[in-house]
Amino acid sequence: MTHIQTSTSGPVLDKDLAAVERSGPGRKTRPAPRPRGHRENLTGYLFMSPWIAGFLFLIAGPMVFSLYLAFTDYNLFDSPKWVGLKNFTDMFADPRWRQSVKVTGWYVVIGTPIKLAAALAVAMLLAQKRWGQSFYRAAFYAPSLIGASVSAAIVWRALFSDDAVVDRGQQLFGIDAGGWIGDPNMIIYALVGLTVWQFGAPMVIFLAGLKQVPRELYEAANVDGASAWRKFWSITLPMISPVLFFNVLLETIHSFQIFGSAYIVSNGSCGPADATLVYTCYLYDQGFANSRMGFASAMAWLLLVAVGLVTAVLFWSQKRWVHYEEGGR
Amino acid sequence: MTPMDTTAVRRRLPGSLAWHIGALAILAVVLYPVVWTIGASFKPSEDIVGALNLLPTDPITDNYRRLADGIADIPIWKFFLNSAYISVGSVIGVVISCSLTAYAFTKVRFAGRNAMFAIMIGTLLLPYHVLIIPQYVMFQKLELINTFTPLLIGKYLATDAFFVFLMVQFMRGLPKELDEAARLDGCGHLRIYWSIVMPLCRPALITSAIFTFIQAWNDFMGPLLYLNEPDKYTVSMGLRMFIDQDAVADYGGMIAMSLVALLPVLAFFLAFQRYLIDGMATSGLKG
Repeated sequence: MTHIQTSTSGPVLDKDLAAVERSGPGRKTRPAPRPRGHRENLTGYLFMSPWIAGFLFLIAGPMVFSLYLAFTDYNLFDSPKWVGLKNFTDMFADPRWRQSVKVTGWYVVIGTPIKLAAALAVAMLLAQKRWGQSFYRAAFYAPSLIGASVSAAIVWRALFSDDAVVDRGQQLFGIDAGGWIGDPNMIIYALVGLTVWQFGAPMVIFLAGLKQVPRELYEAANVDGASAWRKFWSITLPMISPVLFFNVLLETIHSFQIFGSAYIVSNGSCGPADATLVYTCYLYDQGFANSRMGFASAMAWLLLVAVGLVTAVLFWSQKRWVHYEEGGR
Repeated sequence: MTPMDTTAVRRRLPGSLAWHIGALAILAVVLYPVVWTIGASFKPSEDIVGALNLLPTDPITDNYRRLADGIADIPIWKFFLNSAYISVGSVIGVVISCSLTAYAFTKVRFAGRNAMFAIMIGTLLLPYHVLIIPQYVMFQKLELINTFTPLLIGKYLATDAFFVFLMVQFMRGLPKELDEAARLDGCGHLRIYWSIVMPLCRPALITSAIFTFIQAWNDFMGPLLYLNEPDKYTVSMGLRMFIDQDAVADYGGMIAMSLVALLPVLAFFLAFQRYLIDGMATSGLKG
């Protein structure tokens, strides 16, 4: 055994074996099935080395650096100049920054609920096992894979431009407002439509959750003569609340970070009149087009804090509406 | 069953019809943009927006033929080659680095494992954008702008926590007896990882590989930041060149290219949709 092990995990080990130490307070009562100590530690760190390097050099290090930059003036070429809180005060005084917060907030608040409601509704339809179910499931899921692409955004721009399908559709109802792409009040809803179109990914997760709801609950409710509405609120929703929570968390965090679709749908302008100036578009604009890397870092950190707060609130609210089964999770 | 049987059958028929009508209606809405794109790619530019017929009455292939001439003097196979290089490179990196990490998290008992696992889960929720500026500065100082390295390196260093998590979930479900038996036979961790765990993890590896490929293929922000010469452009960036040429707008060519750009993604989807959908469903449930 030692023979094979040394060949795979380096020659240093044998000397150290004398100083075998138990790693961690052995919380598990059952005897460990394999040797522990230095050798096991070293193997662990060897296997983990790509992740450790990645975490240090691509995540933790850059985060610290970015936090520092957030308090500086930096244009990539001159060395960073410490400016204290100036980036943050500038930000709050900047109407375009406020606009970007408004646009992103609106996008998240409108888009996420509609997308999740659509996903849940369609999942409930598909949960009734019928012929063709898996075909529909696959077809509805497909937009989730292509929706984030430049292609989808280009098509979206075409569908929502003047005299295109959506415009013609509203003309049928006597609305003569033109395409949504050129309209600062409407273009954001074209973006919302693009995210709702990708309802398939949360739908698949809802569908898996719905399959776990015990049939007997519905049968008991039927005996009691409960309405479909009542069954939805009293059985389905509580039973799938962990899945709902997961979807809300994922979609919300995701929506905050929208970039490519807004950029392409607005032709790279984030307009008209800054109507699609989502947070990351402005971050990109300030950091790269205007070389205000300190300002952009401050923006990024504020986004991080905002997403962190939303995540914390969601986790906190979990107690009130998410029902985990005993022992499960 | 019961006397209710007959009413149940009578009810099932219209219910089933309504179900199929509902499902087909949703299908029509979901597929409309796709069908529209296919139709539009065979229409002359001036007919694409405005003409209401979904499919062209008089299909033309000019849009595709013009694509063969390339975009702004770059042949389009160049974009596809660049995208393929990045996507395949990403897949290899993710499969190796994330599976090594997941193996350590599930099968090796090293000091600090729980803490590192918690950190990994934390990075799962980290907004990627906080890293854009500092990483850009770093790669700029390392003179790696306009190379593929910034787009690939993270994949080889297991920074895609989602895939680590997916593989951890899968490895936890593998029967313990197998690797314990191997251990008794004198196998080291590397051997167990390579000969036992990796083959058993195929479904999780395939799911991760396909998602990685599609994400890398669709990625827009990465190439937008790091690639600045057209002959390094990916398909996404090639598509953007249509947009840049604002007024001229070869509309037909742009639509045709949009469709061609999606073909690899659609092919992967058709071939592996079960892995993708099941992968999504399980990772969501166990979250």
